[in-house]
Amino acid sequence: MILEVKNLVKHYPLTSRGVFLKKEVGVVHAVDGVSFSVRKSETFGLVGESGCGKTSTARAVLYLDPPTSGEIYFEGQEIGRIFKSKNQQEILKLRRKMQYVFQNPYASLDPRMTVADIIMEPFVIHKHVPKEKWHARLYELLELVGLEDYHAERYPHEFSGGQRQRICIARALAVEPRLLIADEPVASLDVSVRAQILNLMQELQQKFGIAYLYISHDLSTVRHICHRVAVMYLGKFVEIAETSELFSSPLHPYTQALLSAIPVPDPENKRSRIVLPGEVPSPINPPKGCRFHPRCIYAKEYNCIENVPELVDVGNGHWVACNKVSG
Amino acid sequence: MAPKEILKIENLTTYFYTWAGVVKAVDGVSLDVREGETLGLVGESGSGKSVTALSILRIVPRPGKIIDGKIIYKGENLLAKTENEMQQIRGKEIAYISQDPATSLNPVFSIADQLTEVIRRHQNVTKEEALKKAIELFRLVEIADPEIKIWNYPHQLSGGMKQRIAIARALSCQPSLLLADEPTTNLDVTIQAQILELMKNLKKKLGMSMILITHDMGVVAGVADRINVMYAGRVCEVASTKTIFRNPLHPYTRALLEAVPNVAMKREKLKIIPGAIPNLISPPSGCRFHPRCDFAVAECASVVPPLVEIEPEHYVACIRAKEFMENGKGVKK
Repeated sequence: MILEVKNLVKHYPLTSRGVFLKKEVGVVHAVDGVSFSVRKSETFGLVGESGCGKTSTARAVLYLDPPTSGEIYFEGQEIGRIFKSKNQQEILKLRRKMQYVFQNPYASLDPRMTVADIIMEPFVIHKHVPKEKWHARLYELLELVGLEDYHAERYPHEFSGGQRQRICIARALAVEPRLLIADEPVASLDVSVRAQILNLMQELQQKFGIAYLYISHDLSTVRHICHRVAVMYLGKFVEIAETSELFSSPLHPYTQALLSAIPVPDPENKRSRIVLPGEVPSPINPPKGCRFHPRCIYAKEYNCIENVPELVDVGNGHWVACNKVSG
Repeated sequence: MAPKEILKIENLTTYFYTWAGVVKAVDGVSLDVREGETLGLVGESGSGKSVTALSILRIVPRPGKIIDGKIIYKGENLLAKTENEMQQIRGKEIAYISQDPATSLNPVFSIADQLTEVIRRHQNVTKEEALKKAIELFRLVEIADPEIKIWNYPHQLSGGMKQRIAIARALSCQPSLLLADEPTTNLDVTIQAQILELMKNLKKKLGMSMILITHDMGVVAGVADRINVMYAGRVCEVASTKTIFRNPLHPYTRALLEAVPNVAMKREKLKIIPGAIPNLISPPSGCRFHPRCDFAVAECASVVPPLVEIEPEHYVACIRAKEFMENGKGVKK
């Protein structure tokens, strides 16, 4: 177990600004009690539609936005204590082991720095590589992500989206992390380039045994790269399972609808498509009971308006939060 | 008898004159749309899909210019029409749905204003009648409480709702041809399923033709009758949806299909198309795909492959297409 998250909650206050005072007018329930764990050299997928709390979860795990409550254990250590202690050295040590690759490679690279500066910046901060070895390590990293030596002197604007994402990955790998949080790393890339990045991520995992927390709304890439998947809806997990299990026998009605909604690149594949009515409700006032009940066809039958379903184990490491399944 | 064509594009060439050089965004594209069909226009970013659509409506933004070609809509060449005549066609005969529903609506006008504007522009009706029609359209695109929602402003609506309104606005004058430019790209999968279902039903109900522009092979598989694959400003392959998926002959089409992760099947490693999309200021000579093609031969760099009918209704722009056809998929690299 490399990462364990227990009952993570992240609420964002909604404020309206008066003349002198900020007034809290509501709370966005971005993440509402999620628990999961990521094993060593495993890819754990976090799937859900926009606004369901995937990115909030990831940011809270890294303490980029400290969580409202909940415990996060990284390699057995409770990291909340370390971040609250403000001991810069300890925090840096921890940051070295957990890295983040952002969704938009156009926005996450400083346009005024060359690729060499970008990739070597972690060496300046963490001082884990002796200065005489910086350049050797730089070229090693470039080669690792499939870039050429001469790219080092160039600026980010000279690269295509796929190449920029490679630079982001190289920068993250510069500190030899144990866990890489990849937040929609291929969402902004073209299909032909997407495959290159996904394959690169898989190769790196095999080589270094890095664990990935892979966040995506695209179930087809999730199926391709993840070992286990958690499906999120409105700040809660509705289902966690091994990838093959989740795709072959989804149990939660939301997962079922989500899977059936993906367009399959095959004109003769006539699956019955479940079209969900309505839209995702606002996380400011999430529905009572099961959060999915306003869009669920089984809601009346199992009285989901009142009963909050708990995440239960149905065997094989498959967990579901649904009143229909737990009875 | 061949089905009647509603739109026929011949050798369309649209260039953008930028300070860095001439971008050959669309370079000799020919295609046709038949009555009542959905034509899928597939390709990656920069392949010229959107510029083709904008050229049809003659709304290519500056510094873009249509250099050459013919766009024949219902027997008339749109490129020979005056601006006034074009305004009678845009919105009324050919409607356009843009990729981003959020930016295609004006934030300072209510939805009612924006919908009635189109209706009153093309139809001789009073304000009240136009409003009634707008509410009718809201029902058509399945928006709940149309009488209330119509007075909302764009920021009060969700992405899926805005896309429904963009569809309603496009349909307001019963166009014969709908150009849908990545209508579901910015939406979540469950909402995408709703919108695709809606567009399919509406097309059937109103009997229009549609060009669906997308990069998502999954979306076209479910919606399009025929598919036109584009790469770097040119058409590489045209065939029925079934043929494209079952028997793709152009190496790019094949690679594109293999690079897509498919939820219905798990593959261990995705096929990679090496390199990146070429720069269209100085595109590769000959076949534009040859630097990335596994099957390229010396000739590919010098000869521009014409779009040839390899089998009935299946057009391929590749000099080795015949070979691929005869030998199946086992052609040597």
